[in-house]
Amino acid sequence: MSERVNVTVDGIAVEVEPGTTILQACEAAGVEIPRFCYHERLSVAGNCRMCLVEVEKAPKPVASCAMPVAPDMVVNTQSESVKSAREGVMEFLLINHPLDCPICDQGGECDLQDQALGYGVDSSRFEDNKRAVEEKEMGPLVKTVMTRCIHCTRCVRFATEVAGVPEIGAIGRGEDMEITTYLEASLESEMSGNVIDLCPVGALTSKPYAFTARPWELRKTETIDAMDAVGSNIRVDVRGREVMRILPRDHDAVNEEWLSDKSRFVWDGLNTQRLDKPYLRVEGKLQATDWQRAFDAIATRLEAGAGQVAALAGDLVCTEGQFALKSLMEKLGSPHLDCRQDGAKLSGPRANYLFNTGIAGIEDADALLLIGTNPRLEAAVLNARIRKAWLAGHFPIAAIGQPSDLTYDAEFIGAGPQTLKELVDGKHGFAEVLAKAERPMLILGQGALAREDGAGIFAQALALAEKTGMISDGWNGFNVLHTAAGRVGGMDVGFLPGEDGRDRDGIIEGCKSGDISTVILYGADEIDRAELGDAFVIYVGSHGDRGAHGADVILPAAAYTEKQAIYVNTEGRAQMTERAAFPPGDAREDWKIFRALSDRLGVTLEFDTVDTLRTAMFEHAPQLARLDELVPAGSPETPVAALPDLDEAGFAPVITDYYFTNPVARASATMAACAEARRTRAKAVGGTGTDG
Amino acid sequence: MLRDEDRIFTNIYGFHGADLAAAKSRGDWDNTADLIRKGRDWVIEEVKSSGLRGRGGAGFPTGLKWSFMPKENDGRPHYLVVNADESEPGTCKDRDIMRHEPHKLLEGCLLAGFAMGAHACYIYVRGEFVREREALQRAVDEAYADGLLGKDAAGSGWAYDIYVHHGAGAYICGEETALIESLEGKKGMPRLKPPFPANVGLYGCPTTVNNVESIAVAPTICRRGASWFSGLGREGNTGTKLFCISGHVNRPSNVEEEMGIPLKELLEKHAGGVRGGWDNLLAVIPGGSSVPLLPKEICDTVLMDFDSLKDAQSGLGTAGVIVMDKSTDIVKAIARISHFYKHESCGQCTPCREGTGWMWRVMERLAAGRAQPREIDMLLQVTKQIEGHTICALGDAAAWPVQGLIRHFRPEIEARLAQSQTAEAAE
Repeated sequence: MSERVNVTVDGIAVEVEPGTTILQACEAAGVEIPRFCYHERLSVAGNCRMCLVEVEKAPKPVASCAMPVAPDMVVNTQSESVKSAREGVMEFLLINHPLDCPICDQGGECDLQDQALGYGVDSSRFEDNKRAVEEKEMGPLVKTVMTRCIHCTRCVRFATEVAGVPEIGAIGRGEDMEITTYLEASLESEMSGNVIDLCPVGALTSKPYAFTARPWELRKTETIDAMDAVGSNIRVDVRGREVMRILPRDHDAVNEEWLSDKSRFVWDGLNTQRLDKPYLRVEGKLQATDWQRAFDAIATRLEAGAGQVAALAGDLVCTEGQFALKSLMEKLGSPHLDCRQDGAKLSGPRANYLFNTGIAGIEDADALLLIGTNPRLEAAVLNARIRKAWLAGHFPIAAIGQPSDLTYDAEFIGAGPQTLKELVDGKHGFAEVLAKAERPMLILGQGALAREDGAGIFAQALALAEKTGMISDGWNGFNVLHTAAGRVGGMDVGFLPGEDGRDRDGIIEGCKSGDISTVILYGADEIDRAELGDAFVIYVGSHGDRGAHGADVILPAAAYTEKQAIYVNTEGRAQMTERAAFPPGDAREDWKIFRALSDRLGVTLEFDTVDTLRTAMFEHAPQLARLDELVPAGSPETPVAALPDLDEAGFAPVITDYYFTNPVARASATMAACAEARRTRAKAVGGTGTDG
Repeated sequence: MLRDEDRIFTNIYGFHGADLAAAKSRGDWDNTADLIRKGRDWVIEEVKSSGLRGRGGAGFPTGLKWSFMPKENDGRPHYLVVNADESEPGTCKDRDIMRHEPHKLLEGCLLAGFAMGAHACYIYVRGEFVREREALQRAVDEAYADGLLGKDAAGSGWAYDIYVHHGAGAYICGEETALIESLEGKKGMPRLKPPFPANVGLYGCPTTVNNVESIAVAPTICRRGASWFSGLGREGNTGTKLFCISGHVNRPSNVEEEMGIPLKELLEKHAGGVRGGWDNLLAVIPGGSSVPLLPKEICDTVLMDFDSLKDAQSGLGTAGVIVMDKSTDIVKAIARISHFYKHESCGQCTPCREGTGWMWRVMERLAAGRAQPREIDMLLQVTKQIEGHTICALGDAAAWPVQGLIRHFRPEIEARLAQSQTAEAAE
């Protein structure tokens, strides 16, 4: 590291790294610099000119966001010339800004509004007509009022740099410059909603949120997203009991400050298709009932004791719920439970099913192999991190699976297990790239694991990792990428087959053969009801989706925004959600349902508060108590059981429609509109689309 | 007045051939290899001590600029880029160099490129200059055929290639970093500095961008010696310069003259004087549309060089002398210039994007008498809000003509506003 540089800002001496910009040095000195175009996660544009400061010996004010510090630089941000420069820029920005704040959705959280308070004046000297700009169609998520645009180009830089879809740009020049998208279509990106946050004014706002609420009337709850296994940090804004919007929160190690479109815009799905009371199937038809009758029906069924009971957990469920259900199953004496509703062949120690490198760790890696995964669709925010590492350079990426545009150059070297085998045997060139890399990593997707030969593929991948030095002291490059927010938590609490227990496939078989007579589907909506044969199905969940449709009893539970619960992301990071709204109607928090059910069934669970539940849970899985920490998981181990022969079939995509991956998304009209827009766009642009 | 033997551009009017043989007969490409053999430092030192200042408008010492290029190649190639995007209204010197003296430019490219360790040179020609580009390309082809360019350029052992690139006709692409962007195939928008092109320029490599005239005079300076060049003109403003005289003169022309020639002498000797006599002069824009105009009382005595004009609160710029006699509606003339800058603003940074349009609209109303007297001061403030606050110099270039107008012709504007107000009141 080179020597630090001394800088004086408004008389305050600070020491900063060389290469720091003046703006950063000012922040280090605690001096705030107004800005519009500058954004710390985007490249520097220096075009708004709001951050001008005076530097001693410089002939004119300098843009502090772009100018690196020099030794012994003396910066003045409070002088008359700086003030007048900023006021000048503010006046220029306002002369062609419509000042329609009363009808603008950005009102109350607008950078221009806020800074106009400091640098604006109360009357305009501009006597001519203001510029009017035609709206640009940007799809179902982003609403445009381009007259408000101040041309900061943050959206352009985001699309080009972070999202990797260079489809936003500026046309025209001078005062006629306009920001638009290619062919005025929605962005071909799973990250497009972030331009709304980035836009410092009301030019790009949220279309689904348009005109529905003002920021000051919303109750804001900081919580965790469950739409994928990234565990993005979010803020849920609620009015009354209705979720009005979802925004990302900063977490440098997880989502930085980005959020995928599904996580951001799925909120209308939280308000529709909700299960708000228990249901009971009477003469083939579901009828609303109350908790007592629903529990009675279950008790009657179980007391009949014709066969065994099994449980499957779904994608969006929390650890508390899974732990409670697991405990209930133990009490009922059934070992047949599985949280891997996709049938992924994951087992063994924690390191076998975690993204061991960590999301932020991707930036330290110097070679990457993707196996049966499309991170762009499975974990869009994590994919942006891969792109970030790739943009930084020296990051060769190869992929095995169905070719698609991942927003970075990935060499698709094969379709399935055969290619993986070649790599292990050193017969493929990329094996050498991995071996030569200092910190190589691989990402094993559910597309490679959720198949008959999943365990064999796992073993091959692990062999490759060991052979190419991916696992060493201080570096673990062996990663499993999950798609379900609840999965790692389920694995952690041991929602897995007990001794002689059946796994997912076994349970389905058991249902068909009649050995299993009752199945509890805990948010498991991806199971085909037909496969469960004549089994009595109890569905516990929040949405009237596939699982509920085929159920005999429905117990309404809470969605991820309606409970305080622990979710564990793909890295193994335990994070706590907070309740932003109450579950609708008679719906209850998941663990309470299982607790109450246990009581009715005469096998009362020991815990009767969430704290006692957690104490028991932490005893079983102590890592869950360490919130927001990455607890080292050690090294993965090859499964001991006999490995199946590898199939020749290529890895199939896990996600065929990004916008419809779970019950909440399927209930969302916005997600449906997005899927439709993507199909239309694929036709219009003639592209292939990446929705499979 | 400049003696004929001190002229550098002996064929600037195209009276003789522009081809290689004719150029050689005028002394171009005469033992270029010998000059190169004297070494890189010698060339730079020669240009430095000649006192040559950039002819593109800013007047930065050319030799000093060349010396900013890294001495050693760090693996990245070095580039010379010649700015032939001559778009400044009132300026037409580079086009005549390209049409009639292309070999002076090409030889200069080789010398300058060699001096900065470049093996490749791009000449960025203004979009509208179709014939000029053809002429230049013809000369490049001739030079290659004659071995003056290529693997062993002019027998010097230095490999050198010249590429003629055709712009698309945007004024802003004459700004050196916008030119580089455009050359790279991007939108012509100026870059933030630092980093400066000498460090990170074309394709991220060390680059120097020079005006056509600055490059074209280099061979003669090297051949005749720095002291010859610095003996012309005055201290800090040495050598000869091409002046482009247009507007209300009897014989508009391009002429090479000694730096520091009195403006009056320049107009009377070379342009046949102001239309209707010197006393009919209203104002002169001495350095292309972007510099503040000078009223007649300053024109009477001012010298045509960088420092004299700076002292007169104007600038030599490109030495595009625009002469306006008393028939001129000076407010309207400056309003037209404001429109030009509003039209040519790239739109990247706020003060220029928003300010140029604002200035133009107010200027139009001032010209028509449809404004309040207080708007004159407001307009002046707006120009100050733009000046020095933009990424590139276009903001300054747009602000200065308006400032010059208000500085020297404020009574004229006020009278016009008063007149239209009286007329309105009478109705």
